[in-house]
Amino acid sequence: MVNHAADIVVHWVQAGMATPWLVWLVITLMKCGAVVGVMMGMVAYTVLAERRFCAFIQDRLGPNRVGPFGLLQPVADGMKLFLKENVLPGHVNKVYYVLAPAITLFPALATIAVIPFGNRLGGEKMVIADLNVGILWVFSLAALGVYGIVLAGWASNSKYPFIGGVRSAAQLISYELAMGLSVIGVFMLAGSLNLGQVVEYQSHCWLVLKQPLGFLIFMVAMFAETNRTPFDLPEGEQELAAGYNTEYGSMKFALFFMGEYANMVVASAVMVTLFFGGWQVPFIPVEQWLGCSWLSGMVYIGCFLAKLAAFLFLFIWVRWTLPRFRYDQLMNLGWKVLLPLGLLNILLTALVLAGQR
Amino acid sequence: MAIITPRPQLTLAERLYLPAIVSGMWLTIRHFFVNLLGLKKKFTLEYPDEKCPPPPGCRGAPTLVRDEDGREKCVACQLCEFVCPPRAIRVTPEALPPGSRHAKIEKRPAAFEINMLRCIYCGFCQEVCPEEAIFLREKTILTGASRRELVHDKQRLLALGGSRPDSVKKWKDK
Repeated sequence: MVNHAADIVVHWVQAGMATPWLVWLVITLMKCGAVVGVMMGMVAYTVLAERRFCAFIQDRLGPNRVGPFGLLQPVADGMKLFLKENVLPGHVNKVYYVLAPAITLFPALATIAVIPFGNRLGGEKMVIADLNVGILWVFSLAALGVYGIVLAGWASNSKYPFIGGVRSAAQLISYELAMGLSVIGVFMLAGSLNLGQVVEYQSHCWLVLKQPLGFLIFMVAMFAETNRTPFDLPEGEQELAAGYNTEYGSMKFALFFMGEYANMVVASAVMVTLFFGGWQVPFIPVEQWLGCSWLSGMVYIGCFLAKLAAFLFLFIWVRWTLPRFRYDQLMNLGWKVLLPLGLLNILLTALVLAGQR
Repeated sequence: MAIITPRPQLTLAERLYLPAIVSGMWLTIRHFFVNLLGLKKKFTLEYPDEKCPPPPGCRGAPTLVRDEDGREKCVACQLCEFVCPPRAIRVTPEALPPGSRHAKIEKRPAAFEINMLRCIYCGFCQEVCPEEAIFLREKTILTGASRRELVHDKQRLLALGGSRPDSVKKWKDK
């Protein structure tokens, strides 16, 4: 079968059918496969890391029995969820109920497309879609993710999911503005909305050093965006049972779960790209040492993944440290603190830029 | 008299949340690394591999005991059967054979069953026993593949109980 497929490809190339368009398609599909594969792997192992790290933080052991150090736990979890009965409660709005988990996972998978995860590998840019309006694509799709949660809350036709969904919507409008404002400073400095160019701008100095306030606001907003503690009001176990996913089970629940962690991966990737130099390796001139080879390309990708992992660890660390905000505190923080601070950040950046001119 | 507790005036540092967040994060990361590197004694026992020995005097499963001569102490008075709140105990008495060394005791249990699915570990049987023949011992982990398996019969009860020397040699030949 594989030989046959390889024969077909060879035949195509010999016949001159390997047009630039076809080459582009194959390469893009390969990049898509690699990115989605790595991302889903990260999602699975972030879940395990979360369970083990929170156990360490709380002086427990965590899941350590499946495989060495519990490393096969995600496989066991996945098998369990696949084998569970797919229950469709009688009282739900069936179409939206089934649609909601998919809508939650989709934005995370779509936004990762514009993140540059490496420099070049064999002359090929390591980004799936090199969009000129990359960050707008990220923001617009990230906002869509909340629709999944709101829809789940509504379609479940049950009070706790409903409250969770409403909270999620209210949280979104409190944070989306501050998030948008906080990155304007970045683009004023970098002069482009293209994420690849933002990364190139940071080759000498990470933007977190030039935009500390912007980074702080953006990070807080990202925690809210991914529904992680201290902003996990939509699912707050203690007060809302499980919030928007109360009525979900089996793979539909797993999709929500994967969506949450995939959103964490995307949020980390965006933070790394905008403020921490993306795939750039600090202090080490990789290309002078290794030359422009596949090896240096892999080093850049590895550096990006390392930074990503550091941020994922931060997400986990914060979740097991901070308690949840009360609802009015969240609104206060969003509207009365982060929004003015975001405006202040833009003003300061503009003043500095004007002063330099 | 109403006690009015004034709302504390928060300082700027407290209202910023950030110092408190940083100190909290420092606390959790310390715990994280201490446990990651195994610097402190771990308290978790990994149950099926490591078991927590019950402390001496722990009131686990009720058992029957023998005296130092190996004679089963129970005289089948059935007080434990009557006092047992969930009626987990069933004693079937029989007469001792006339030629026996202990014939003067008159009765012994032909069968002694304690249903561990009903037992509530209250210890009334131990308390009521005039012969000090029934004791709650350190056996706390009881598992079985069937209901029948968890009805302890006399052999099992005696095996679990072991022997317990008596200070009063009540039935000794004088």
